[in-house]
Amino acid sequence: MLNKNIYLILIISLVFAISFWIGFNVNLLPAEASINAPIYDELFKILFIIGLIIFIGMTIAVIYSLFKFRKRNDQIGDGIALEGNLSLEIVWTIIPSIIVLLIGLYSYNIYDRMGGMKELNHNHELMNSNPEKIWAGISQTSDNEIAINNLSIEVSAMQFAFLFNYPKGNFISGELHVPVDQKVSMRMESKDVIHAFWVPEFRIKQDIIPGQPTILNFTPTKVGKYPIICAELCGPYHGGMRASIIVEEESDYNEWFNKNKKTEVNL
Amino acid sequence: MTISIDSQKTNNESLQPKGWLRYFSFSLDHKVIGIQYLVCGFLFYLIGGTLASAIRIELASPMSDFMPRDVYNQVLTLHGTIMIFLWIVPVVNGAFGNYLIPFYVGARDMAFPRLNAVAFWLIPPSGLMLVASYFVEGAAQAGWTAYPPLSITTPQSGQIIWILSVLLLGGSSIFGGINFIATIIKLRRPGLKLMQLPMYCWAMLGTSILVVLSTPVLAGTLILLSFDIIAKTGFFNPVLGGNVVVYQHLFWFYSHPAVYIMVLPAFGLVSEILPVHARKPLFGYTTMVFSIMGIVVLGLVVWAHHMFTSGTPPWMRLFFTIATAFIAVPTGIKFFNWVATLWGGKISINSAMLFSCGFIINFVFGGITGVALAQVPFDIHVHDTYFVVAHFHYIVYGGTVFIIFSSIYHWFPKVTGKMLNEKLGILHFIITFIGFNLCFAPQHWLGLNGMPRRVAEYDPQFQFVNQISSIGALLMAISTIPFLINIFISMRNGQVSGDNPWNALTPEWLTSSPPPVENWEGEAPLVEEPYGYGKQFYEQN
Repeated sequence: MLNKNIYLILIISLVFAISFWIGFNVNLLPAEASINAPIYDELFKILFIIGLIIFIGMTIAVIYSLFKFRKRNDQIGDGIALEGNLSLEIVWTIIPSIIVLLIGLYSYNIYDRMGGMKELNHNHELMNSNPEKIWAGISQTSDNEIAINNLSIEVSAMQFAFLFNYPKGNFISGELHVPVDQKVSMRMESKDVIHAFWVPEFRIKQDIIPGQPTILNFTPTKVGKYPIICAELCGPYHGGMRASIIVEEESDYNEWFNKNKKTEVNL
Repeated sequence: MTISIDSQKTNNESLQPKGWLRYFSFSLDHKVIGIQYLVCGFLFYLIGGTLASAIRIELASPMSDFMPRDVYNQVLTLHGTIMIFLWIVPVVNGAFGNYLIPFYVGARDMAFPRLNAVAFWLIPPSGLMLVASYFVEGAAQAGWTAYPPLSITTPQSGQIIWILSVLLLGGSSIFGGINFIATIIKLRRPGLKLMQLPMYCWAMLGTSILVVLSTPVLAGTLILLSFDIIAKTGFFNPVLGGNVVVYQHLFWFYSHPAVYIMVLPAFGLVSEILPVHARKPLFGYTTMVFSIMGIVVLGLVVWAHHMFTSGTPPWMRLFFTIATAFIAVPTGIKFFNWVATLWGGKISINSAMLFSCGFIINFVFGGITGVALAQVPFDIHVHDTYFVVAHFHYIVYGGTVFIIFSSIYHWFPKVTGKMLNEKLGILHFIITFIGFNLCFAPQHWLGLNGMPRRVAEYDPQFQFVNQISSIGALLMAISTIPFLINIFISMRNGQVSGDNPWNALTPEWLTSSPPPVENWEGEAPLVEEPYGYGKQFYEQN
């Protein structure tokens, strides 16, 4: 009996060790390029390790049973008439409940750190005092922490392109340029069907919905060029509906901005 | 009264065709209807599988080069719709439910045999209509979710036929659901208690409750959508002041329970198969019953987790995270109980057992990614990507379809009186298991790294992994060959099975194989312990 328990403990610790090793050493995610990305990857790592422990454990249990309890040729009759074990069943109800609850609380914490629980508003300087209803999104700013150099961009999506309107510069671009390490706030609306704004390296996504403006705030942390991908089926060319986001040093960004900026035209 | 029923019965019987022709008739026999569901479903599975192959061929290269882009969207829409509404739902509910439930409750037929036949005969025409819509003006191309405004703006005839077809299939599903509830509650043999029913009855009771509560919502939604398309109303059309997110709520109010409509019956079937081949009672019968009902209740309040990146406010995202994650608890209980059922048994390693164990492993994997997807911050990155595609194929293919095959190996001798060939069966399992995992496991990585779903073209950096996935799909296509050969050869020349080749204790095995028209020559047996393995053995010796 003691012997058996030692084997069991050995196997369980081996499963844990393998799961932790894989969890810490196998990277399944793309580069981290926004302040959301490392927060997301932290959650991913935890879920990955817990998932591996459960999956490897269950797989070993099934394969071991098939091998150990297989019917030998000389055997007749049935297995033991074991119909249940209340205490065991209570254990495997309560432990998963606790794990699920802890994961839920932890992911709430992650979501909060990503800005998901903040009140939704778009820090648009041109917006009048009567605030518009924002239906959904992820916001990292609330009223009392509006940064002065905050970037406001109006995104409009249509079959099959994104357009980025820089109200401060009074111009529209097909490429999204943003300076590194600065908060960007986007108000998004669709002209026709539902689209979605997804930057895998930023770990953020938000649908762009006709008739319902949504917002998305993010802070890029790494200079580079990343894809913006439409993630909601929007028609035949859905797969080709992509744009680029170019994260650059502030000086490069300013140069680009000033080159494109249009002076006010009085009509 | 008895006399009139009897004379009516014999009258009906003389009108029913005999032999193979009865499968093409408006038969009222629940066993014939069950086989009709199964064969019809399998034919649509082959069509849906062909469409899946077309998708994997297109995705073997990053360019859109195999078919036109709008045809690609039609193919993926038809693939999803056919696999869900014409293969999995009718087969795990209609086919096995009709064949087994009357045996399990000790009845001679379903409660409403005519309604039952109507429910089946709605399926072939609506399925054919759906496939034929391709030749009208092109099939529907807004995905199986048919989100407006895309479904309003794409060519109309395809979308309208799609709505009609899904409405008919939903009607069929509701008729079936009412019939199962009535049969399980009211037609039980005197003396048979609810807590003595085989687990599949409980699974079908739970499933039918979900069907009856949620399918009408889908029907209503699709009727409103068709108004928007035909009559230019503005329920979901933002140009006319409609709200597109309302459609998503209504659609997922049905379509999330639909996941349980697809997997709960499979949970029931595997609960029948494992005890027989492991020679052990089903572990924890009572907790299994409660966990089914727990899944039914929770399954109704989790729909918005399909909309985490859509127009949902933060509090709603949070509520649906917690509710969804908690479904893992009753589901987990079932999986622990199945492993405990295997533990200490005398397991015959045959095709039915292997497919059931494959189901456990695949479904645990799909369940784990499901709990991860339930977390809002996790979902925000992978929503609408190949990660989700991989997740739900692990649930519906790795889970339910594996159980459909397991069930076919298990009940084939019941239906035909012949055994299936075990060598071909094990070959079928090996190719399916490897092909399936090769096809879908890499797709998790694709989704995490930036490949959205429903695309005909993609970033060339994903080509290699997509090709691995396509090779897996090819293996899955090949795996149907040994299966079909096995079915046809065994039907003609298979080894004669006898009435009860597995020495099973559930009631369907306590009559001849194949069973007579009214299931039992005499009175239906009272089976108080459908899982009394071990006990019976000691009593006999």
